[in-house]
Amino acid sequence: MLDLNSKIPSGPLEQKWDQHRFSMKLVNPANKRRHSVIVVGAGLAGASAAATMAELGYQVSCYVFHDSPRRAHSIAAQGGINAAKNYQNDGDSVRRLFYDTIKGGDFRAREANVYRLAQVSVNIIDQCVAQGVPFAREYGGLLANRSFGGAQVSRTFYARGQTGQQLLLGAYQALERQISLGNVNMHTFEEMLDLVVVNGAARGIVTRNLLTGKISSHAADAVVLATGGYGNVFYLSTNAMYSNVTASWRAHKKGAAFANPCYTQIHPTCIPVSGEHQSKLTLMSESLRNDGRVWVPKKQGDQRAPSAIPEAERDYYLERKYPSFGNLAPRDIASRAAKEACDDGRGVGPGGLGVYLDFADAIKRLGKNTIAERYGNLFEMYQRITDENPYEKPMRIYPAVHYTMGGLWVDYNLMSTIPGLHVAGEANFSDHGANRLGASALMQGLADGYFVLPYTIGDYIASNKLEKLDNTHAAFRSAEESVRAQQQRFLSIKGKRTVDSFHKELGKIMWDYCGMARTREGLSKALTLIPSLKEEFWSNVNVPGSGDSLNQSLEKAGRVADFIELGELMCRDALEREESCGGHFRVEYQEDGEAKRNDDEYAYVAAWEYAGENATPILNKEPLVYENVHLSTRSYK
Amino acid sequence: MKLTLNVWRQPASQAPGKLETYTLDGVSADMSFLEMFDMLNEQLTLDGKDPVAFAHDCREGICGSCSMMINGQAHGPWKGTATCQLHMRAFKDGDIITVEPWRASPFPVVKDLVVNRASFDRIIQAGGYVSVNTGGARDANEILIGKDLVEESMDAAACIGCGACVAACPNASASLFTGAKITHLGLLPQGQPERDKRALAMVEQMDLEGFGHCTLVGECQEACPKGISIDVIKHMNRDFMKGTAMRREPRSVVGAG
Repeated sequence: MLDLNSKIPSGPLEQKWDQHRFSMKLVNPANKRRHSVIVVGAGLAGASAAATMAELGYQVSCYVFHDSPRRAHSIAAQGGINAAKNYQNDGDSVRRLFYDTIKGGDFRAREANVYRLAQVSVNIIDQCVAQGVPFAREYGGLLANRSFGGAQVSRTFYARGQTGQQLLLGAYQALERQISLGNVNMHTFEEMLDLVVVNGAARGIVTRNLLTGKISSHAADAVVLATGGYGNVFYLSTNAMYSNVTASWRAHKKGAAFANPCYTQIHPTCIPVSGEHQSKLTLMSESLRNDGRVWVPKKQGDQRAPSAIPEAERDYYLERKYPSFGNLAPRDIASRAAKEACDDGRGVGPGGLGVYLDFADAIKRLGKNTIAERYGNLFEMYQRITDENPYEKPMRIYPAVHYTMGGLWVDYNLMSTIPGLHVAGEANFSDHGANRLGASALMQGLADGYFVLPYTIGDYIASNKLEKLDNTHAAFRSAEESVRAQQQRFLSIKGKRTVDSFHKELGKIMWDYCGMARTREGLSKALTLIPSLKEEFWSNVNVPGSGDSLNQSLEKAGRVADFIELGELMCRDALEREESCGGHFRVEYQEDGEAKRNDDEYAYVAAWEYAGENATPILNKEPLVYENVHLSTRSYK
Repeated sequence: MKLTLNVWRQPASQAPGKLETYTLDGVSADMSFLEMFDMLNEQLTLDGKDPVAFAHDCREGICGSCSMMINGQAHGPWKGTATCQLHMRAFKDGDIITVEPWRASPFPVVKDLVVNRASFDRIIQAGGYVSVNTGGARDANEILIGKDLVEESMDAAACIGCGACVAACPNASASLFTGAKITHLGLLPQGQPERDKRALAMVEQMDLEGFGHCTLVGECQEACPKGISIDVIKHMNRDFMKGTAMRREPRSVVGAG
C-alpha cells in the first residue's frame, strides 16, 4: 500500500497557495545552476516548465520525440483558455471559476488544487499577452471573450479557433530563446522509454533516439513528465497519431501511482467516422456551441434532408433538457444526450451516428461575416473532410474520445508517489475531477508549467540532499539493458499481424465496453478480452525492419503494448467505481437518465499501484475532503 | 479506386534514394491521403516489405509535421490544405501519383519521405520571440491592440512551420516562414523593442542555414496550407533594411545575473 499524502497546506482556501509559496524552500540564485532538471515533453506544460526553470537558472534538459517542440499536440487545441479576469463584468471571479471547475468535475477533484488553478489563471493571460500571443480583441483594443460549456460567464480568451497553437507557440518561442542562450539542452527525436529510480528517488530517464535507434540514459536531480493524455488507448480519438501513455506507464511500473484511469472525456462535437480506414477523429471546437444549435429530427429514422425538416419537427434536445445551459451543457452531459438520441433511432448521416450542429439561426442573426470571423478555420476544416458546406447545411457531429482526466497521481506540489518525479499537464490526474470543462486544459497546462512547478521543484531540490550521480550509475545501466531487451523482443517475434491491427482491436474493445456507457457485464467481459489480446500481441505481432534506424512500426509496438496494459487497468477502475460521475457513466447508477454519484462511498481518488507483471494492481484511496463547497447534485437544468 | 503510386524510398540520410512504384486498389474517395498511405503500409508490412516512413501527427492540418510533395505540388492539389487534410476525392480511378519529400539542402532527408527541419527551429532561436521571462507581466488589458492589427498579426502567426514554402520555392527560400514570424511579432506592441534586431538576426540565420534568397516568385504563397501572404516578406524586407540602417554595436550587458 502507498502512503498517499496530498500535502494540501492548511488554512483558508484563498490563502493556501500564497502561504505555501512563502513556506516552500528556495534555491539560492547562485546554486540553481548546480542543479539539473529533465523535462520530458514540450507541449504547453513541458515547454512552459522548461523555459521558466531555465530562466530561473537551473540546468534544463528537454526531450521530445518529434522533430521539433512545436509539433506537440497542444498545438491542435482550438477553442480557448479560461481565466477569471472578469473583463466582461458579468460576475466572474476566482471563486466562481474555482466553483464552476469543481462542479464541472462532478465533485471528484481536490479543492485546493482547483482553487490554485483559478487563482493563477489571471497570470497566465498576462504572460501570454506579454509574449505576443495574438488573442482576439474588441475594436477598442481590449481583449475579447467568449463563453464555454459549463459556465454562465464569458471568461474564455481565444485566438480564432487556433488558441492552442498560439499558446504553444508562445511557450515554444520562450523555450527556443532559452535554447539559444544555452540554458536548455534540447533533444529532439528522442523518446523516453524508462524512468530511472535510485534510492527511491527519480534521478533520470532512458531514451531511444528515433533516427539511430541508440539507447542512452540521462541523469538529473528531478524529472518532469509532461507527456500528455492516453486517449489513443481507444485507437480513434482526437489525439495526434503519436500521442501515447508510454512515458507515464513506464513510470507507473517503477512506482508512480496511476489515478482515476477510467475518467476519460468524450467530446460531444467531433466529425463522425467515415469508414473502416479512419485513423483519427477531428475535433470541432466546443466554442461552436456558442452559436450552433444542436438538434435531431423528432421522428425516428427520418431520412429527409435537414432543410426539409420544419422547426416543429426538430428536437433541440440540449435546449429542451437543460434550459439554463442549453447548448453549452458540459461535455459529458452533451455527449450522453447525443448518444441517447442516436440510440433512439433519431441520429443523422451515414449509419445514423450523428446529430446536427446548426448555424442557420446564428448566420441570420449575426451575418455570415461574423460567423466566419469567429469560426472560419473550423468551417474550412469541416468542409475539407466531409465535402459539405456548414454555412449552408448543418454540421454533422458525433461524440469522440478527446481528453483524459485520469493520469499519474500527484500531490499539491505536482509530485508523484516517486520522490523527484513531477507530472504536469494532461499527463497528471490533476484538477479536473471526473470531467474537464472546455477551455481549462490549456489553463491547467500553463498553470502547472509557468506558475507551479518552478516553485515546487525548487522546494524539492532545496529540501533534499541528493547524492551526486551520473548516468554511469548501475541503475541506469540496468534500465538501458531492459529497454534494449524489449526492443529486441519486438523485432524478433515475427508474427502475422501488424501493430495497427492490434491497436484497432484494443480500441474497439475499449469503445464498446469502457466508453460512454459502462456496465458490470461489459467491463468484466473486457477484462477477459484484453489479457487474451495481450497474449496474442506478444506472440503474433510483426514488427518489420531493424532497430538501428527510423522504424515507425517499432515505435508503435512499444506504445501499443503499454496501451493494452493501461486498457486493462481502466476497465478494472471503471468496474470498481460503482457510481456514475462525470465522464464515468455506469448504466446501473443513474437517476432520470443523469449520472448518479455515491458520495458516501466513492468520494475518493483511486490511485492504482503496480504490483508486478500479471499481478493484480493494488487500489489505494485518497479521500476527497470538501471544506468549501457543498456536494450537490450536478444539475445544468 | 485503383492507383499507381511512385514513392521516394531512401533508406538513410547518406544513402542514395529512388522512386519505387506500388499499386493500391480499393482506395475510397472518403479516405485522407495519409489514410491511403496507412493502407499501403499495412499491405507492405503483410508482404514482408519495409513500410514507407513519412512524417505525420495531428492529421488535422495544424502541427506542420506532414510534408509530402504530391505530383510536384507541396501538400498536393488543393489550395490551403496540408497533406493530411487532402482527401482521395481529389483523385480518380487509374491516377498515377508521385510522392516525394521536401527538397532543400537545409532539410536533409532522414529516411524515405521524412526530412529534418531543425533549421527552422534555429531560425526561431535567432530571434523569433519576445524576450520576456515568466512572471511580472502587466495586466493583459493594459496593452491596447486594435482589432484590425491583431487580425493581421494572427494571419501571420498562423504559420505551422511545415516547410511547404521552402519546398515549393525554386530557390528553396525560407522567406515566407521567416517573414511570417517577423510580421506576427513586428506588428504587435510587444514586439517593438526588439523589432530591428529580430529581423537582422533571423534573416542572418536563414542565410547561414543555406536557404535560398527570395526573388518574388510567389510559389510559397500558393503552396502555403495556411494561406500566408507574401506581404510577410515585404514586412521582413522593411524591418531588415531599417535594422541594417539602425545597426549599432551592442552595449555591454549590465544588471543582476
